[in-house]
Amino acid sequence: MIEIENIHKSFGSSVVIDGITGTFEKGKTNLIIGSSGTGKSVLLKCIVGLIHPDQGMVYYDGRNFTEADKEMKSEIRREIGMLFQGGALFDSKNVEENVMFPLEILTNMSPGEKIDRANFCLKRVGLENVNKKMPSEISGGMKKRVGIARAIVNNPNYLFCDEPNSGLDPQTSILIDELIQEITQEFDITTIVVTHDMNSVMGIGEKIMFLYKGHKLWEGSKDVITESGVKEFDDFVFANKVMSSLRKKE
Amino acid sequence: MIFLGSLFVRRETFKTYYKLVMEESIQIGVKSVFLFALVSTFIGAVTTVQTAYNLVSPLIPKFVISQVVREMTLLELAPTIMALIYAGKIGSSISGGLGTMRITEQIDALEVMGINSSSYLVLPKIVASMMMFPLLVIVSGVCALMGGYLVGSVTGIISPTDYITGIRYSFNEYNIFFALQKALVFAFLISSISAFKGYFTKGGALEVGIASTEAVTTSVIAVLLADYFLAQLLL
Repeated sequence: MIEIENIHKSFGSSVVIDGITGTFEKGKTNLIIGSSGTGKSVLLKCIVGLIHPDQGMVYYDGRNFTEADKEMKSEIRREIGMLFQGGALFDSKNVEENVMFPLEILTNMSPGEKIDRANFCLKRVGLENVNKKMPSEISGGMKKRVGIARAIVNNPNYLFCDEPNSGLDPQTSILIDELIQEITQEFDITTIVVTHDMNSVMGIGEKIMFLYKGHKLWEGSKDVITESGVKEFDDFVFANKVMSSLRKKE
Repeated sequence: MIFLGSLFVRRETFKTYYKLVMEESIQIGVKSVFLFALVSTFIGAVTTVQTAYNLVSPLIPKFVISQVVREMTLLELAPTIMALIYAGKIGSSISGGLGTMRITEQIDALEVMGINSSSYLVLPKIVASMMMFPLLVIVSGVCALMGGYLVGSVTGIISPTDYITGIRYSFNEYNIFFALQKALVFAFLISSISAFKGYFTKGGALEVGIASTEAVTTSVIAVLLADYFLAQLLL
C-alpha cells in the first residue's frame, strides 16, 4: 500500500500539486486521472521520488520515502517497477538486455537465471522471438510491453505506469490495460496508473483519483463514476462520446 | 563540482564499472583510431612540406625540418589539435547520447531502479576518456611523424636519413611527458563538460542539438585555456 499525505509541488509561481492526500491499495489497479496539465505525472513523479515535493510525505507500506536517507530510498526504489510513457527502453541494448538490465544491476543471479527470468517476463507480456531486436526495430505497443516486462522482472512490490496507452491503437490499449490489471492481481502488487483515457478508466479503474488543477476533486471506483456529483469530473468523464451517449440513453 | 561529486556516491559494483569502462573505451578510443591516424598523418605531412617551404637558407641543415615537425607535433599538434577534434567527435557524442537519454526518460528509468544515473552513465565515460585519449595522442604523434617521413621521402624534400637525424637530434623526453599530461587534462575537461551539458538537457530534440553544440564550444574554449595555463606552468 502507498499513502500520500498533503503533497504540494510548485514550479516557480505555478502551483501544480496543491495538498493531495490519498491511499493506493495493494492488489488493485489505482488510477490517477484528469485532463492534460492537471499535475498527474508530477504527482506520480513525486511518489516515485523523481521530483521532490515541496511539502508532504509519501509512505511505502508505512516506510517514509520522502524523508528516508539515500540508502533507504535506494532500497525502496529497488522494489519499484515503472513503465514510462515512451517505454524508456535503453537504445543501446536489445530487448532481452533491456529486460535483464535490472537483474544485472540489482541481483547476483547467474547469466542463465537472468535469461530464463527475462524470457519468462517477455512471454508473460505476450512477446516471443523478439529477444535480439533493438528498440528501434519494434512497434510502439511492443515497446510498452517490453517496458512492462522490464518493470516486473525484479518482482516489484509497486508498479507505476505513466500514460501506458498514449500513442497506441484502441485494441493494443485494451491489451496493455488488461496486462497491467492481470499482473497487479497475479503478483499482488500496488499499481498506480496515470491516464486520461476513459477506456482505461472504465476497463481497469478499481480505484480512481480525479485531479483538477492540482487538487483531488473525486475518489471512487468505476462502478460509481456516473454518481460523483462533481461538475468538473462529469465534464471530464462525459467529454468522451461513448460515455456521453450512455448518459443520454440513461 | 556538485555534479562531479555526485559521481562518487551510491556507486554500483566494481564489476559493473569495469564492463562499462571497457565498452566506453571501445566507443571512445578504438573507434576513433582511424580518424585520428588519418588526420595526424596528413598534419605531419603538411607540416613537413610547409616547414621545408619556409626554411630556404642553405645555412640551415635539412634535418631541422623534421626537428621542427617533431617539436610541433609533440608540443601542440598531437595533444591540442587532436583534443579539438576529440571534442567535436566524442564530446558531441557524449552530450547527444546523454541528452537523448534524458528527454526519452531513460535516465529517469535508471533513477527509479535505484541506480545513481550520473555515476552509472558519466563516470565510465570520464574514466574511459582519460584512459583512451592519451593513447590516441601517442598514436597521433607517431602517425604525424610517419606522415612527415613519407611525404619527405617521396617528394625528396628531406632524405630519410636527415629526417631520422632531425627526429633524434637534441630530443627532450620531457616533451612526451608534457604532451601526455595535457592529454589527461583535456580528456577530463572534454568528457566532463560534455557529460554535464548532456545530462542536464531539458526539452526535446532541438535542445539535444543545442546541448551538443554548447558541449563542443565550451570544451574547445576550456581546452584552449587549459593549454595556455599548462604551457605556462609546465614549460
